[in-house]
Amino acid sequence: MLRFLLLRSGRALLTVALVVTFAFVVLRLSGDPALLIMSVDAPPEAIAAFRRAWGLDDPIWQQYLRYFGAIAQGELGQSMRDGRPAIELVAERIPATLALTLPALLIKLGLGIPAGIYAALHRDSAVDRLVMVAAVAGFTVPSFVLGLVLVLVFSVQLGWLPSGGQDGWLHAVLPTMTLGIGGAAVLARFTRSAMLEVLGQPYMRTASAKGLPWRRAVLSHALPNAAIPTVTIVGFMVGSLIAGAVVVESVFSWPGVGRLLVVAVSNRDLAVVQCILLLVAVTMVTANFVVDLMYGLLDPRLRSGAKGGH
Amino acid sequence: MHRNQEAPLVEIRGLTVDFDGVRALHGIDLAIARGEAVGIVGESGCGKSVTWLAALGLLPARARVSGSVRLQGRELLGVPPAVLDEVRGRRIAMIFQDPASALNPVIRLGRQVGEALALHRGLGGAAIRAEARRLFELVGIPDASRRLDAYPHELSGGQNQRVMIAMALAGNPDLLVADEPTTALDATIQAQILDLLTLVRRETGMALVLISHDLGVIAETSDRVCVMYAGRMVEAGPAEAVFDEPLHPYAQGLLAALPPLDGPRRRLDPIPGTVPPPGNLPPGCSFAPRCPRRVPACDHVVPALSEKVPGWAAACIRAHGPAMADRRAVGA
Ligand SMILES: Nc1ncnc2c1ncn2[C@@H]1O[C@H](COP(=O)(O)OP(=O)(O)O)[C@@H](O)[C@H]1O
Ligand SMILES: [Mg+2]
Repeated sequence: MLRFLLLRSGRALLTVALVVTFAFVVLRLSGDPALLIMSVDAPPEAIAAFRRAWGLDDPIWQQYLRYFGAIAQGELGQSMRDGRPAIELVAERIPATLALTLPALLIKLGLGIPAGIYAALHRDSAVDRLVMVAAVAGFTVPSFVLGLVLVLVFSVQLGWLPSGGQDGWLHAVLPTMTLGIGGAAVLARFTRSAMLEVLGQPYMRTASAKGLPWRRAVLSHALPNAAIPTVTIVGFMVGSLIAGAVVVESVFSWPGVGRLLVVAVSNRDLAVVQCILLLVAVTMVTANFVVDLMYGLLDPRLRSGAKGGH
Repeated sequence: MHRNQEAPLVEIRGLTVDFDGVRALHGIDLAIARGEAVGIVGESGCGKSVTWLAALGLLPARARVSGSVRLQGRELLGVPPAVLDEVRGRRIAMIFQDPASALNPVIRLGRQVGEALALHRGLGGAAIRAEARRLFELVGIPDASRRLDAYPHELSGGQNQRVMIAMALAGNPDLLVADEPTTALDATIQAQILDLLTLVRRETGMALVLISHDLGVIAETSDRVCVMYAGRMVEAGPAEAVFDEPLHPYAQGLLAALPPLDGPRRRLDPIPGTVPPPGNLPPGCSFAPRCPRRVPACDHVVPALSEKVPGWAAACIRAHGPAMADRRAVGA
């Protein structure tokens, strides 16, 4: 188990390092930050001063090493726009984003998983068909469309809820619903197929053959097996707590990390973009790591497989 | 053929099963006496498993089952699940072909066996573990107390089948239905599992239904043999008699395909062709297209299973009792 842990944490760190490198390369390839930040007709001396101040004249590998070293020490640089530490700018936005994505995650789990289980247990019933239609719709309709539909219905037609901005919890309802409904649909579909797969397994027949009542067979034999594939998608959802709201934040002009990212990208505010990418990468990687651990807990085959360096 | 006249333990009458409107089982009649060992043989797809899955209510919901299955006179078909749960495992236990997938991969073996002990013997806590260990030892699992904490993937197929048998014994059943219990195992392990089943039957006095596509496996373990083909019973009689001189050409074909136990090795004679799928049965006798003794009449009637000799029945218009008599009749 120790080896399993070390292996997985090593992999997680490596992934973060790769993301950091990737962010550096892509952002540097995409243009000269000095020219993008300063207006093109800025005096050459000003541009030169800017380049010196940000170390943009040093050889690229030096910039890379410095950048990497700084990040390793938690130094994420300053916003090239307003000179504040990038990490501060980003950190300010995190609560707003989580205020949408955490409740949305609860909706996904609380609605998606039970709906998927119920649909699988009552295959081909009216409820199953309803869940499947909803799931396909939630799966295919992009979140900005769903968001706009919700705005049309609940803000424009009914006038019950505000359509944008951040002014008390009422404003969070529609964006949270938009995120939650789409995700619940995906999760319901996933849970349903995981359950159906498990319900068809020979060990379920064994459970019935030994006299276990169906309800107990489902609870103690089916759910633990169906949880294994479901953990993957739940982990992915947890991993996108930060980054998963870019579109929805834009639709509802919600001042979260996603909106900050959109603004920072269009401004070429390198430090902020990098900081967000890093944050997203770290959340994703952490979630992945936790998923790996969950696999180990849920599936004894992996636990012993890990000894062999799975 | 019941050795005594008491009512059978299990009596199946006119059992039919349809999947999506296609009949897979065409009215099976079969009675199992207390303590009796009955073998059910036939190629893959003949309806052996479906018969017993239907009897125990273990088929998927879309299967339509009709007929009657009685356990000591009490009807089992169409009863509420709660009634079946009292029968399954406690009165009639069933084990399956592939023990590795028949056991739950994420639950410790001791707990899987313990569940049956809690259900059927009302045991709890430490008593469960002690009894599970005793069962593991009974079925010959080495290092039993450590194996209780193992998962299925940590044991071999043969060991897992022993666990399945231990689990089946947990409810002290009156009948154990073993559906191809050795098919997934290699030859030496096969023999060990068959020996174990014989031993267990001797010790507990329970009846045994052994399902196999291998007549050889059946012959050694059973008092009585039923041969199934394409969803019907085509021959039923005392194991020795059927094994010596099968009446039905299909049973003869199965026998001819067996490697001889002794004597010179000869080329095996598999029956040509394959079992027709349920939706595509020929008119008349289902076996006719593959039958070496086919006559034109075979394409017109579905032969009923009828007694040719007391206690020995076959479903073939050309079978008239043991082959000697038959040959005389043909020669005349
Ligand atoms: N769940 C099922 N759905 C549809 N057809 C089935 C199902 N189970 C069995 N059958 C069909 O019923 C017939 C008998 O199957 P089975 O009893 O499993 O054969 P076997 O004699 O090999 O045990 C086969 O033709 C098989 O295709
Ligand atoms: Mg079978």
